[in-house]
Amino acid sequence: MREFGYQRVFDVPGAVALLGTDPEARFLGGGTNLVDLMKAGVERPALLVDVTELPLGRIEATADGGLRIGATVTNSDLAADPQVRRHYPALAQAVLAGASGQLRNMATIGGNLLQRTRCGYFADLTKPCNKRVPGSGCPAIEGEHHNHAILGASEHCVAVHPSDMGVALTAFDAVVSYETADGPGELPLAEFYLPVGDTPHLETALPSGALITGITLPPNPVAAVSRYRKVRERASYAFAIGSIAAALDVRDGLVREVRLAFGAVASRPWRAREAERLLTGGPASAEAFAAAADAELAAAETLPHNAYKVTLMRNLVVAVLTELTEEATR
Amino acid sequence: MRLTFTVNGRQQEADDVWEGESLLYVLRERMGLPGSKNACEQGECGSCTVRLDGVPVCACLVAAGQVQDREVVTVEGLADYARQRAEGGCGTGACGTSLDDAKRWQSKPADGRTGEAGAFPQQLSAIQRAFIDAGAVQCGFCTPGLLVAADELLERNASPSDEDIREALSGNLCRCTGYEKILDAVRLAAARTEEAV
Repeated sequence: MREFGYQRVFDVPGAVALLGTDPEARFLGGGTNLVDLMKAGVERPALLVDVTELPLGRIEATADGGLRIGATVTNSDLAADPQVRRHYPALAQAVLAGASGQLRNMATIGGNLLQRTRCGYFADLTKPCNKRVPGSGCPAIEGEHHNHAILGASEHCVAVHPSDMGVALTAFDAVVSYETADGPGELPLAEFYLPVGDTPHLETALPSGALITGITLPPNPVAAVSRYRKVRERASYAFAIGSIAAALDVRDGLVREVRLAFGAVASRPWRAREAERLLTGGPASAEAFAAAADAELAAAETLPHNAYKVTLMRNLVVAVLTELTEEATR
Repeated sequence: MRLTFTVNGRQQEADDVWEGESLLYVLRERMGLPGSKNACEQGECGSCTVRLDGVPVCACLVAAGQVQDREVVTVEGLADYARQRAEGGCGTGACGTSLDDAKRWQSKPADGRTGEAGAFPQQLSAIQRAFIDAGAVQCGFCTPGLLVAADELLERNASPSDEDIREALSGNLCRCTGYEKILDAVRLAAARTEEAV
């Protein structure tokens, strides 16, 4: 590992200023992904700016009934928060479905959004990877890709975003706040991750040197009846091969409002807007759920070893929306 | 940098520490505390689990600079930590495990001929006794991390379900036991604690 400097910062302007003076500096949150990548040689920062002492560790209700989550809140604290569990249960479930206790205790929500793909080629310096070395190629397309993208990928990169938390946040229209040397800014999570295209190394729309300061969830009454379901290759402590965050409001057998987002199918958490559009106002039936899933997944482009994800996601939509319908009408 | 932090209840200092070296390295190589094990070095296996300001973390992913002025508990201090917890804190101010005691810490097995336990049962936490009694230790490499993680589970959940135990220990890999005896040990420690109440 390359030797690096380490500095703690205690105020946001100081953190942003420090990073701005050094193009090889990185912010350090929990370090559960960045430090791994440094050990693998994928990341080689000259300076780590430790942001965990910044005053961004609170979860607070907003005036309009939403929630503001500070960037340095740990995954464990987010999942345990009573307001989160009550008003956004799928978010708490998603966070608890990720990693292990030791990692959740360290990992921060700002870092969670910025974590990198777990595509094996990305972390393997002996292999080409367009995300790591632009223009070098993507061996996953011909190689190991059973857990790679079926939506929104390109011939340049088929990696998936590994976050569970981000899937629930996407379903609930979260907005990311950040600070730069020029002042604060906001990005809806829906616009936070860039399309893959021919620039898979450019992952987010955050301005250069920006520090994520928090995430705001707008008031979402529908989120109170929500669920996160994650399919993985063992019962715990594994990345998703497919996951879903769903919220549903059903009255008299009709869908009044629905939120759907998919995980582990794209380079970003995938909001299933086409499925939502088809379901809204229609019957809350297994047939309708399946038809909506099919419509969303019609755009899927599969590789030889990941075509199973289309069926998996379709079944997840039907199963979870059926369960939520039962929960809502009990 | 001069690193000052609390290890097992006692303040410790180390000089000429590179901020970027891992907490695990500091504990093992600078403090002489080899209980926390060095295996995957990427937060996968949990064998380096320690408590940092009370919460279990992988010491291999924590930079030395991050522990300045913070509190670390390693497996060597676990018995004393558990005793203080049972006694409701450190009243005298003379608690904790000294570095010398921690370095010398070992679990002496029962006398092979007489079967009598030595002084060690009093020096073990409930979870450590349960691991021995349940036969949850084989090669022993994962044991320190599992003890720290399991002790913390029982601290916040005195009667964990099997699902609770599995989830809480999912970040600690064991390649010998198949986990069944480890689950037995956690159940045993929980049951003994309930009996004692």
